[in-house]
Amino acid sequence: MPAPIRLRELIRTIRTARTQAEEREMIQKECAAIRSSFREEDNTYRCRNVAKLLYMHMLGYPAHFGQLECLKLIASQKFTDKRIGYLGAMLLLDERQDVHLLMTNCIKNDLNHSTQYVQGLALCTLGCMGSSEMCRDLAGEVEKLLKTSNSYLRKKAALCAVHVIRKVPELMEMFLPATKNLLSEKNHGVLHTSVVLLTEMCERSPDMLLHFRKVWLLVPQLVRILKNLIMSGYSPEHDVSGISDPFLQVRILRLLRILGRSDDDSSEAMNDILAQVATNTETSKNVGNAILYETVLTIMDIKSESGLRVLAINILGRFLLNNDKNIRYVALTSLLKTVQTDHNAVQRHRSTIVDCLKDLDVSIKRRAMELSFALVNGNNIRGMMKELLYFLDSCDPEFKADCASGVFLAAEKYAPSKRWHIDTIMRVLTTAGSYVRDDSVPNLIQLITNSVEMHAYTVQRLYKALLDDISQQPLVQVSSWCIGEYGDLLVSGQCEEEEPIQVTEDEVLDVLEGLLVSNLSTPVTRGYSLTAIMKLSTRFSSVNRIKKVVSIYGSSIDVELQQRAVEYNALFKKYDHMRSALLERMPIMEKTASNGPTEIVQTNGETEPSVPDTKLPPLITQPANQANDLLDLLGGNDVVPVIQTTLPTKPASAGGELLDLLGDLSLSGGPAPAPSVPISQPPFLLDGLSSQPLFNDISAAIPPMTAYNKNGLKIEFTFERANPNPNIAVITIHATNTTEADMTEFVFQAAVPKTFQLQLLSPSSNIVPALNQGSVTQVIRVLNPQKQQLRMRVKLTYTHKGSPVQDLAEVNNFPPQSWQ
Amino acid sequence: MHFLLLFSRQGKLRLQKWFTPVPEREKKKIVRDMTTMVLGRKPRSCNFLHWKDLKIVYKKYASLYFCCGLDAEENELLALEVLHRYVELLDKYFGNVCELDIIFNFEKAYFILDEFLLGGEVQETSKQVLSRSIEASDMLQEVCFGRSCLLSVLSIIFSVVL
Repeated sequence: MPAPIRLRELIRTIRTARTQAEEREMIQKECAAIRSSFREEDNTYRCRNVAKLLYMHMLGYPAHFGQLECLKLIASQKFTDKRIGYLGAMLLLDERQDVHLLMTNCIKNDLNHSTQYVQGLALCTLGCMGSSEMCRDLAGEVEKLLKTSNSYLRKKAALCAVHVIRKVPELMEMFLPATKNLLSEKNHGVLHTSVVLLTEMCERSPDMLLHFRKVWLLVPQLVRILKNLIMSGYSPEHDVSGISDPFLQVRILRLLRILGRSDDDSSEAMNDILAQVATNTETSKNVGNAILYETVLTIMDIKSESGLRVLAINILGRFLLNNDKNIRYVALTSLLKTVQTDHNAVQRHRSTIVDCLKDLDVSIKRRAMELSFALVNGNNIRGMMKELLYFLDSCDPEFKADCASGVFLAAEKYAPSKRWHIDTIMRVLTTAGSYVRDDSVPNLIQLITNSVEMHAYTVQRLYKALLDDISQQPLVQVSSWCIGEYGDLLVSGQCEEEEPIQVTEDEVLDVLEGLLVSNLSTPVTRGYSLTAIMKLSTRFSSVNRIKKVVSIYGSSIDVELQQRAVEYNALFKKYDHMRSALLERMPIMEKTASNGPTEIVQTNGETEPSVPDTKLPPLITQPANQANDLLDLLGGNDVVPVIQTTLPTKPASAGGELLDLLGDLSLSGGPAPAPSVPISQPPFLLDGLSSQPLFNDISAAIPPMTAYNKNGLKIEFTFERANPNPNIAVITIHATNTTEADMTEFVFQAAVPKTFQLQLLSPSSNIVPALNQGSVTQVIRVLNPQKQQLRMRVKLTYTHKGSPVQDLAEVNNFPPQSWQ
Repeated sequence: MHFLLLFSRQGKLRLQKWFTPVPEREKKKIVRDMTTMVLGRKPRSCNFLHWKDLKIVYKKYASLYFCCGLDAEENELLALEVLHRYVELLDKYFGNVCELDIIFNFEKAYFILDEFLLGGEVQETSKQVLSRSIEASDMLQEVCFGRSCLLSVLSIIFSVVL
């Protein structure tokens, strides 16, 4: 039988194959030859055949039939055979294979071989892929070799021990005595592997760690070794670009980190050497920076003194300016880890970090973005936001969702003014609108509702954005919701922040109807626009057009739209008397605790455009029917318009229906549940309907007061604090009538200065019975974030003995406890 | 280090070293993922990537990509030095090493690697000591081979004589 072809010959042949099929053919032929050669138990050429098999295995072809042959090679006496045999074992015989354990005996013999290179092969194989059983069997041999004076074997034994400990942690103890003397070696290979072994032990066992710290006094030993490394002159053997054995330096620094963590004494002992390494290491090449990087990580992790920490952060700052991309990347990752603990120090490098947003490398951009968001605070919000919005415009789509969420979060926390906040949101919606997360729509709606004085400006800007582009669904949804709510402000051209635009009711309805029919709109968006159109029926005069649209969608295929349209139709027909009340302006929505730290957006630093004026302007009397008339009455801008839900309650059955219809209305923010709206609405209604007894126990804390007493009508205020927010005062009014005639169609309205926000819930009834036979109660909630003195202007209208009566009064005698 | 891979610009695997037990199918998947990710990088990107919970460090030397997978605590900049040291060792051994050397002498590339790294960690930091060990091992192989050659020649002579 001819000798099997040589390895190089085979490789050359296979490389000449021009197609995959050709290659496969060659390989199959060779495999067949190899298989028959194995069957013949040919000792001479086994090595060559297995080598060829390993080559074919690397190309991706199966080689399992060579596993046993590897074992035979390992058992052979020839060094060549052993070399290939062990290589084959490492490639083909991992611990999942059945024949794996058969190696154990061979390895045991070879660990005791007379030739160190054979011992080395055995240690290498065991340390690379030995299974737990094998490790258990052979740990003793490894431990023996750890104590030998042969440094070639000692270093391999140390790393083999690391593997044994990883596989069988219980065996750690047995290596302890042998490890003790390892650090006194001069040989760098042994030193390096010993440090690795010690690191592994410390990481796995806190007891071991303590033992090393206290008993072995490991820290001073390591400090000494490190010092010698740095101070010693040029050593050609271990030099890398002028630095002596960087691999060993880095491993020592890493072990020091573990030893110094949460231990003051150890940390102090290493302070000097860390400072020395940090200042003296050459930074022109990657190798020096690798050492500095490890030093910085160590300084930040142990209990280092503040001077050292500042030094570390400055090193990172210098890294950021380095031309080498890798170093910039590493700096950003490290700064991200330290930004929580050393915030101020990192802030100093903010401008460099922001510049990294413009880097071409994707990994660097992402790190820079995360770090930028971590650095945003009340002082730098304007500048940072400009950069971040610019980044949002130009970044890859994979970043846009995260960036948009980050912008919203930062804006919510640190917005300097409401107008700025709304402008920022608009910018995000228009540039990255299709990437914002789903939950941002209800959050934004809540924010807009609560920025009361910005309504006109907001709706105008959103309307203009809608005219430009209706493809970005979150933008469209928020816009249509706002137009539905504040459409009247839009057509009346009331905007004070910027030039008001001239828009007619028909134009607005055109836009909203356009959304309903457009292919770009999702079903959710269509729901928003239908509800918006419906709401405009109480704000616009073109009710007929709206009626028509609503009735058309009563037969829509989309079940959600159909249901809405049918219910709105019912509102037009059977429940028309409720329509105006149901479609009133939304009240201030309280954020639930889980939603965010602030309830209402706080102004932060900057003053609002219109400074709150504590002096209320003179009254102008006018017949009042709509909520906004109180605004005109009191001279306009200085007073917050009342947001009230005046629903005269009918007997129980109607109240039930009311609840259902309103249940639907509260979800008009969109089928995707707005987290705060449904939660806050029903309790308010229930509060209004069931009134006082809930609060009686707390009311004793603040004394009640008489707010108004004229012509037989007396109105008393009782107070309690709302939970959880102490800035909200809950006032219950009790209206009683001492005259002999009932006061019917009683309506109570109130207005407060600009720094407050007020909400009126529904009254218990609109008839104040004569001769104190009963009372009308109503709940008012006042938000007083600045704890200013509470003042209120009230307007009362009722019919008494057939003639309408109207009166205005100021209430100034609030007890101090109600607003402090 | 979890693994070290060498592959060409066309994605052909030239060397694979696994330091943790991984099933065969998983190995193939990892190799595929690494080649796709690394070959897809723009020319002047940084040398670090994230993949699952590992840090991937890669460096291109001529037509070969050297790629390794690290744990979160390991130092990426030092890993670049480790890769560089391995290339230096190959260069010293083969004399101006190129991809063909590694293709035709893959088993020697493995032997050198096994003298440099053990269980994913560096075992020797001195280039000279390492080169000497490899030379000595090669000599042992030669002697062995020489001895077996001599034996087979002698046995032929004896069989002829007898």
